[in-house]
Amino acid sequence: MTGQATSLRGILKPRGTAPTGAGATSRRDDWLAAPLNVGFWLAVLVLYATFSALVWEPVFGVAHEADGYLSPFYAPFVSGEGFPAWLSPALVTLWIPIGFRVTCYYFRRAYYRAYLADPPACAVGEPRIHGRYRMENALPFILQNLHRLFLYLAVVLLAIHWIEVVTSFFPASGARIGLGSVLLLADITLLTGYVSSCHSLRHIVGGRLDCFSCSTINRTRHGAWKILSGLNANHMVWAWASLFSIVLVDIYIHLLALGVLVDPAIRL
Amino acid sequence: MTGPRQPGEAGRAVTVVEPTEVTAASGPATAGQVIEAAVPAEAAGATATLRVFRGEAGQDTRFEDFAVPVQEGMVVLDALHWIQGNAAPDLAVRWNCKAAKCGSCSAEVNGHPRLTCKTRLSDLDLAEPITVEPMRSFPHIRDLVTDVSWNYAVNRTIQPFTPPADLPQSEWRWQQADIDRLQEFRKCIECFLCQDVCHVLRSHETERPFMGPRYLVRTAGLEMHPIDQADRRPYLKELGNIGYCNITKCCTEVCPEHIAITDNAIIPLKERVADRYYDPLRWAWRVLRGRLPELPVGRELPVFPGGQPPAASADPQADGSEAAGTSPPERRDEPS
Ligand code: SF4
Ligand code: SF4
Ligand code: FES
Ligand code: FES
Repeated sequence: MTGQATSLRGILKPRGTAPTGAGATSRRDDWLAAPLNVGFWLAVLVLYATFSALVWEPVFGVAHEADGYLSPFYAPFVSGEGFPAWLSPALVTLWIPIGFRVTCYYFRRAYYRAYLADPPACAVGEPRIHGRYRMENALPFILQNLHRLFLYLAVVLLAIHWIEVVTSFFPASGARIGLGSVLLLADITLLTGYVSSCHSLRHIVGGRLDCFSCSTINRTRHGAWKILSGLNANHMVWAWASLFSIVLVDIYIHLLALGVLVDPAIRL
Repeated sequence: MTGPRQPGEAGRAVTVVEPTEVTAASGPATAGQVIEAAVPAEAAGATATLRVFRGEAGQDTRFEDFAVPVQEGMVVLDALHWIQGNAAPDLAVRWNCKAAKCGSCSAEVNGHPRLTCKTRLSDLDLAEPITVEPMRSFPHIRDLVTDVSWNYAVNRTIQPFTPPADLPQSEWRWQQADIDRLQEFRKCIECFLCQDVCHVLRSHETERPFMGPRYLVRTAGLEMHPIDQADRRPYLKELGNIGYCNITKCCTEVCPEHIAITDNAIIPLKERVADRYYDPLRWAWRVLRGRLPELPVGRELPVFPGGQPPAASADPQADGSEAAGTSPPERRDEPS
């Protein structure tokens, strides 16, 4: 290939003949379906999350806790005391999972395609508004590089959520296996899968090493990296599954709080 | 336009069709003209209509329809060869191996960047004409042939494999586990389909160059090599402009070698660039340990002193043992 490197400065790709303009393409399959689908479901879930965090309790007075189950949108150490009634205590920690998901490599791909049409689909023309393209080279999208910071915080939050889920099996009234605990357990398992399959985590655990075999610690990290790489291959599945599950569990807990449902439980 | 053809009709007429909106920038065609091609009808059987992009760069370009007899196992490149042999001997097509290994026959079939030698007619809807266009991201030369030389220019800007200067090749050692992930990158056949489909190269005129997915794959293979000593992160950030990639994965979708370009090459490289430039915790850690400064920000790779190529004694060698012939920069082992 090459023996000597030269400078890339100024080597701009000469113009091709690709059709330009929004939607210009020779594709005749239904390329619009995927971005519409992704865009729709993402919007539904985000709108519900906003509703749950900002409206359920402050506006409708529906508690975020029922039967010893705490909505996964809320962190357990935030009691809500001292908060003005119009402000949801969920906001204290919610920015962490929001930041984590917004900067997630999978969700970036999803919303760049679905909402920014950048690109709407492969080999499909883009709106002319994208004239001066700099994407993750400049603000605001350069901030996506902070994903790992949200990862660190998300791991802490995940550990707290695990404690919360385990304690939901042991409310003050005595041990029980309730549908709520099982749902919370399923949710936290999916969340753990989502966080464990994170690209940044895979990198930090072993991906950044050049030599896997050079030391015992590196060999251990390589083993962990291989496991995380296996999970990472399905990162998109974990991302969606954990997003749906968190919303479903939240709805369930709010229905319990409203008295619409009664939690079926085996008391021990 | 001709509809699905009946058995026995193969190759009887070649119709020059109106250019579609896709060719609007390419100039007018001799619309509606019908060329009678002196071609024999094949044995009765299914036919496919290939709507092929024709013309010279900068002149009239147009789509021409060809009825091609379909045989079992036929790929689009076979159909193009049939056209060359029977209807349009001057059709320009680039190909070599017909085995999906040389990366020459890249084109866009029904709008999808594909190797024409790996695209079976049986996987396409033969009731509709099959459009075959050149790779649209590169300058057009003639018919299905484009000028891909820009890619080679980008390739030359990447710091080659840089083993330790004081370690003779006979002493190079590594384990299979160290190079498993690199072998995926070595499968690349340089078909440039990923470069063609990448929206940064296809749809945007960026201020600065973007090296494109193919060369991010090559750089990943070098960066992750267990004995390579160079640090290409400043190059990736400042010159290759890895930040232009928004990880939308079209490159991965079209790669005929099924290289997980985005997940295994680009994102790990973005993470390595983040290690160097965008991680306040690692920065603080390095400050505490007194390990700053590293490379000056924006230092241009290759690391040839003063930007000059290596001395004449440095022999350009094949990729894989392409020693740069200069003292490599000191490798900073990443704190774990
Ligand atoms: S993932 Fe990046 S390199 Fe690949 S096609 Fe998309 S923008 Fe281009
Ligand atoms: S990475 Fe895949 S698509 Fe890109 S040039 Fe190599 S083989 Fe072709
Ligand atoms: S990449 Fe998706 S969570 Fe980190
Ligand atoms: S002809 Fe070699 S890859 Fe198609």
